[in-house]
Amino acid sequence: MDSGLIIEKLILVGIIFTISLLIAMYATYFERKVAAWFQDRIGPDRAGPFGILQPLADGVKMFMKEDFIPSNSDKWLFILGPGISMFTSLITSAIIPWGEDLTIFGSSVALQVADFNIGILFIMGVLSVGIYGIMIGGWASNNKYSLFGAIRASSQMISYELAMGVSVITIVMMTGSLSLRDIVQDQHGMNWNIFYQPVCFIVFFVCALAETNRAPFDLPECESELIGGYHTEYSSMKLGFFLFAEYVSMFISSAIIAILFFGGYNFPGMDYFSGNTLAILSVIAFFTKIFFFIFVFMWIRWTLPRFRFDQLMHLGWKSLIPIALINLLITGLVIALNKGWF
Amino acid sequence: MQSLSNRKKVVSDKPMTFMEKLYLPAIAGGMWITFKHLFRKNNTLKYPEEQRIFAPVYRGMHVLKRDEEGRENCTACGLCAVACPAEAITMEAAERVKGEEGLYREEKYAATYDINMLRCIFCGLCEEACPKEAIFLTDRIVPSEFERDEFLYGKDQLVEPMNARIDVTKRQHTGQRGTK
Repeated sequence: MDSGLIIEKLILVGIIFTISLLIAMYATYFERKVAAWFQDRIGPDRAGPFGILQPLADGVKMFMKEDFIPSNSDKWLFILGPGISMFTSLITSAIIPWGEDLTIFGSSVALQVADFNIGILFIMGVLSVGIYGIMIGGWASNNKYSLFGAIRASSQMISYELAMGVSVITIVMMTGSLSLRDIVQDQHGMNWNIFYQPVCFIVFFVCALAETNRAPFDLPECESELIGGYHTEYSSMKLGFFLFAEYVSMFISSAIIAILFFGGYNFPGMDYFSGNTLAILSVIAFFTKIFFFIFVFMWIRWTLPRFRFDQLMHLGWKSLIPIALINLLITGLVIALNKGWF
Repeated sequence: MQSLSNRKKVVSDKPMTFMEKLYLPAIAGGMWITFKHLFRKNNTLKYPEEQRIFAPVYRGMHVLKRDEEGRENCTACGLCAVACPAEAITMEAAERVKGEEGLYREEKYAATYDINMLRCIFCGLCEEACPKEAIFLTDRIVPSEFERDEFLYGKDQLVEPMNARIDVTKRQHTGQRGTK
């Protein structure tokens, strides 16, 4: 590997890292705004014009708070928990193709840190590791509410990962590749997967809600019963990391939904552009889709009430998995018929 | 029996149909309702910058009135303290001496007059009880403080200053002196 490529990738990593954090930061602000709009309120508007400095104020507040570690807790695991959560949320952004190739100084720059040929598998794997952050955090707190929250989180995430995996397999079967770049390029222009796989999309979307612990699946942290769930004992920036990781993973899952079903950086009429114009337009198209899905995540949160835990399990195991499997079977049959295997 | 409103619904426990079990139509309906709220006008009042217009008979911070010549109306009869259900008012009476005719309207006056604004429930019974049109509730708001003892308002905060008279002409209990 030559040094130019390493520098290029390092710069890209830096940019993506910054953008992920920035978007997550403003997602917290935007969440409060959206909540306010849905409830006929104004929302935060004191810090700066329209309150756009609110995330900074929140961050400063988080840092200034007392960083408390309960004496009965397992100190190292207690510190490790939020770290794992944050790490796993951020690392998935490495394999997301953000746009068409840019041309800078005559050399082509891929807007993707690493094009794994097992991209989607990597995401599923990292998602599974993400449970450990919550699990370890809840366990190490040595608090029954935290433990309850952690158990709920892990059982919920494991259950929904199955249906999610099956719906991902459906898309992989249609594309014939596990690489995210191939999946995106397969949906060139307006040839998006959502038009072929609406059922698969619904299953995947519901699972994505559950995987990111967003309402109506926010049972691990329900305030009313578990007083915060796995982060009951956390304070200061460790709590901030847990909350922040949720917003980062919301951003990443919006990106993945856009990639799998809404054509990633493809947009209708993209054949009329070429070169850097196309690259920039494609990035804009991709981020528009991501922002739309972040909005939908918030929209759902401020509309639907929380599930009961048995309803959650019922939905996951008895509805989503069979639907995903039947959908997989039908897709397989259609592909086989198209290829003339019978 | 005829229902009082037209919104009566008969509750039934019949099993859900397939469409109802899907939940998706209901979810879409709910999301449409919240979406409509996005464009609705909010009722928020940004308090310190803009203030709600109070009714003329709003019961806010008290004032101890002076008459046209600037003499205090209050004679420390104590009827307001008796009427007060929250026992927020305390006072000490004193006799007017020669030379104070310009300060106090009648021979007796309140040497101290305290209202504990944390006890006060702003019911307005003191205003109603007062035979001398001395105490009125106004449309001013008691400001918030950090210390409890700062809510103990004495005469220095309650008696209206001569250069900033407080208009109570729209109150219900004005112009009734002597008729009560």
